[in-house]
Amino acid sequence: MRSLAVDIWGGWATTLGIKTLIVMGLIPVGALVLGYTFLLKMMSHMQSRLGPMDPGGFHGWYQLIGDGIKFIQKEDIIPEGADKRVFKMAPAIVVLSTFLMFVVLPGGPDFVVAKDLDVGVFYALAVSSLSVIGVLMAGWASSNKYALLGSLRAAAQLIAYELPLVLAVIGVVIQAGTMNLQDIVRFQASGEIFGWDGLGLPLILTQIVGFGLFMIAAQAELSQPPFDMPVAESELVAGYMVEYTGFRFLFFFIGEFGTAFVYAGLAATLFLGGWSVPFIDVDADIMNVVGPLVLFAKIMLVAFLMFWARFTYPRFREDQLQSLAWKWLIPIALANILVTGALKVAF
Amino acid sequence: MTEFYRQYLTVAVFAVAAMVMVGAMLGVGVLLRPTRPQDQKYITYESGSDPFGQFGQQNVRYYLYALLFVIFDVETVFLFPWAVDADAGSGLGWFGFVEISIFTAVLVAGLGYLWRKGLLKWA
Repeated sequence: MRSLAVDIWGGWATTLGIKTLIVMGLIPVGALVLGYTFLLKMMSHMQSRLGPMDPGGFHGWYQLIGDGIKFIQKEDIIPEGADKRVFKMAPAIVVLSTFLMFVVLPGGPDFVVAKDLDVGVFYALAVSSLSVIGVLMAGWASSNKYALLGSLRAAAQLIAYELPLVLAVIGVVIQAGTMNLQDIVRFQASGEIFGWDGLGLPLILTQIVGFGLFMIAAQAELSQPPFDMPVAESELVAGYMVEYTGFRFLFFFIGEFGTAFVYAGLAATLFLGGWSVPFIDVDADIMNVVGPLVLFAKIMLVAFLMFWARFTYPRFREDQLQSLAWKWLIPIALANILVTGALKVAF
Repeated sequence: MTEFYRQYLTVAVFAVAAMVMVGAMLGVGVLLRPTRPQDQKYITYESGSDPFGQFGQQNVRYYLYALLFVIFDVETVFLFPWAVDADAGSGLGWFGFVEISIFTAVLVAGLGYLWRKGLLKWA
């Protein structure tokens, strides 16, 4: 009984409470940062879009606030014939999936919510696929043909690209010998390139194939162009999101960009050395301050690549999407695993 | 409470926190948004025209991919325990590698069989 009291008041529960609050703030902020920097500004520059650059003067800084006000003013509409309970639950499940992924993402030696969750990256990929259920529920409950088609497409796409995503990560796990993201960061920080330990060993150098697979699969998991058939606005208007308005629509938006943020974070952690930075000891106290900033910089770098592809390539056809996953990505990923395994055993 | 369970308690707390955040935002939304019910607003959206035909026509073309996925995903899970312990010094070494090669070969043979059968072709 006493130990339970210590648990609650003696630090652990309090710390967890603070961490929960931080992440509750971090998810919308991360989503907004990506949405603002890339969706509004970078896309406007790359595609000569004038609208988002106009409101408020300098670079259209007011656009995001205006969008926020628009979401607040929207009436809450649930179409007749919709399955109301399922319709209301769907966006919550998408947000839930994003939330749970943040639990294992480390930002510093102590800056992580659950640092001893040893199944780390496996857990992150597992909860990331929860969003499929939310998407299917949204399409199914909307009583709208576009929504139904969109959600079926989304489900087929998300499960097809789940496999290359998981298989791409196995190469990293083989090299590091652990699934714990914190230990994967330490492995990269303490590694050496042919005896030179200045940079550590960012696993992108040895797992470049895995990195490519991960980025392609993540792009598809996020339903971003060129993999945006589920939400293709010119054929399905907005897929499973057609009937959602106001805050409920906003949850899908937060889910999409929050998840993009976490996927970029996972890619940065698995392949680019995570929060570690050359020439500073990983266990130095200062890393709890520098680490999150370093990780954020790497996230923005990876996210830039993702959104660059998003704004550049046209949409795939549905059958091209499926054959890319099954005929190319999965065999390449399996070959990558075997080669990595053989090298690991041999050296 | 052991450290192991604490990690999963954290996960549970986060699940609750996600629901709290969704609830709070929707609560704020209820206070701020207008409500002007009109029958036409509740018709499902079909690019502006009235909904055509019955809802409920389903496209089950994807179910084969779902079946495929279940098979491969379950088999993928078995790769992780080996991946963590693949090292030659302290781990499974060549024995593990040969075992996993055979396992992967079976996987690939299965995929090849489906490919040959034409299941990956768009019908």
